[in-house]
Amino acid sequence: MEAGEAEKEAIRTCLSGDEAIAYAVKHANVDVIAAYPITPQTVMVELLSEFVHNGELDAEFVPVESEHSALSAVVGASLAGARVFTSTASQGLALMWEILFTASSLRAPVVMGLANRALNLPLNIHCSHDDAYGARDTGWIQLFAENVQEAYDLIIAAYKIAEDRRVLFPVMVNLDGFILTHCVEPLYIWREERVRGYLPPREPVNPVSWERPITYGPVALPDYYMKIKKQQYEALKKATPVIKTLLREYSEWCGRCYAPLKTYRMEDADYAFLVLGSTAGTLRTIIDRWREKGRKVGVVSLTLYRPFPVEELREVLGGLKAVAVMDRSHTYGGPAAQLYTDVATTLYDLSERPRLLNVIYGLGGRDFTPADAEQAYQALMDPKVKEVWVGI
Amino acid sequence: MSKWPEEWDKLPMGGVIDVPATSMEYKTGTWRAMRPVINKEKCTKCLLCWVYCPDGAIVRGEDDSVSVNYDYCKGCGICANECPVKAIEMVEEGV
Repeated sequence: MEAGEAEKEAIRTCLSGDEAIAYAVKHANVDVIAAYPITPQTVMVELLSEFVHNGELDAEFVPVESEHSALSAVVGASLAGARVFTSTASQGLALMWEILFTASSLRAPVVMGLANRALNLPLNIHCSHDDAYGARDTGWIQLFAENVQEAYDLIIAAYKIAEDRRVLFPVMVNLDGFILTHCVEPLYIWREERVRGYLPPREPVNPVSWERPITYGPVALPDYYMKIKKQQYEALKKATPVIKTLLREYSEWCGRCYAPLKTYRMEDADYAFLVLGSTAGTLRTIIDRWREKGRKVGVVSLTLYRPFPVEELREVLGGLKAVAVMDRSHTYGGPAAQLYTDVATTLYDLSERPRLLNVIYGLGGRDFTPADAEQAYQALMDPKVKEVWVGI
Repeated sequence: MSKWPEEWDKLPMGGVIDVPATSMEYKTGTWRAMRPVINKEKCTKCLLCWVYCPDGAIVRGEDDSVSVNYDYCKGCGICANECPVKAIEMVEEGV
């Protein structure tokens, strides 16, 4: 399609991140939605239930009694061949924990919107990445949106990725709680028909029928369990280049660029800030100011967090002097926080690798300000500092 | 497919089983540490072992005599415990 034609099918509007996700789910023409409301994801569920109630979306809306049931319901529906959606945040994801493994092990192409929120205690409703990090080893594909436009776009991309026969894994689309879920931003959304043409109704992989009875999720003891896990491990590994290709093809379809990672002013950079989510935009603005002072710093932000873009990061970060790895979470008693340990492992066997600094920031929705970035930069310049909690 | 193949890359995706009743292929008797041995002379054919066996591993003959299906008996010992005439002895496996 010509760029001009695509533009005609786009509508310029203003939505919050939660609303944008609800619209993307509606445009993807899902068959089954099961979700339990939790701040800051509630608006997604409210709006989707409205769409179904008003007849704007022909889907089953299952008002479940818990997140455990929400994910269980959509896994079942997904295996039966339905296009499904669920969403949650924080403690809600914690309650889904068991079924996260079930979904990926059964290769159910579920799509979830995760409004990133801090875990208890103290009770907090604002953004941390604890919930997403907690799920990083459950076999899901994890995408991170930087703004409301990306939240909308990545939901549509998530269906294309999850349901591709070469992939067939569940996908979690992360967006920063409140910062994106409740912030109203201008964005382009598509006329529904264009998305529906892009995502035709899906065919079940193992159809449920009387003629062909099937057992999903049977017991497998030491004789088979390890073999089945090996198969799942290899399947996601094999799907990784496919996911990257699908993101590239999606970029062509939607006219906005999606890749495993984004780089900003990295061409001549000696230093980089590596980050997930909405803080990438904040850092770009700050770094523009730093560049005027002659600081050779760039920003690298991940859209694809699982599977981890190992080759891309080695290429981008390998030759640098030092990298500030930004974690909106922390691990207790571990060697460093989650993104840091991923990056350290990724770079470990390079003959020349940058020094790493772990920057802990923004826990429980604490603002990340230019002053905090300055504190991180000063720490990055000091080889003796390994970890810094900024803005505390 | 009557049984999962041995090679990890030949297994059906998602660990599904695409034919019914394959649990018959799974010989749980290999779990057994203690093996029930029935003394036919003591046995009164009361059939309590047949009633109590949680796994259906006591085979009832046409004349109500009983024997053990060692393919599925896990050696739990309930039959020996319930037998009112102590006609079933639990013997250590592999000795």
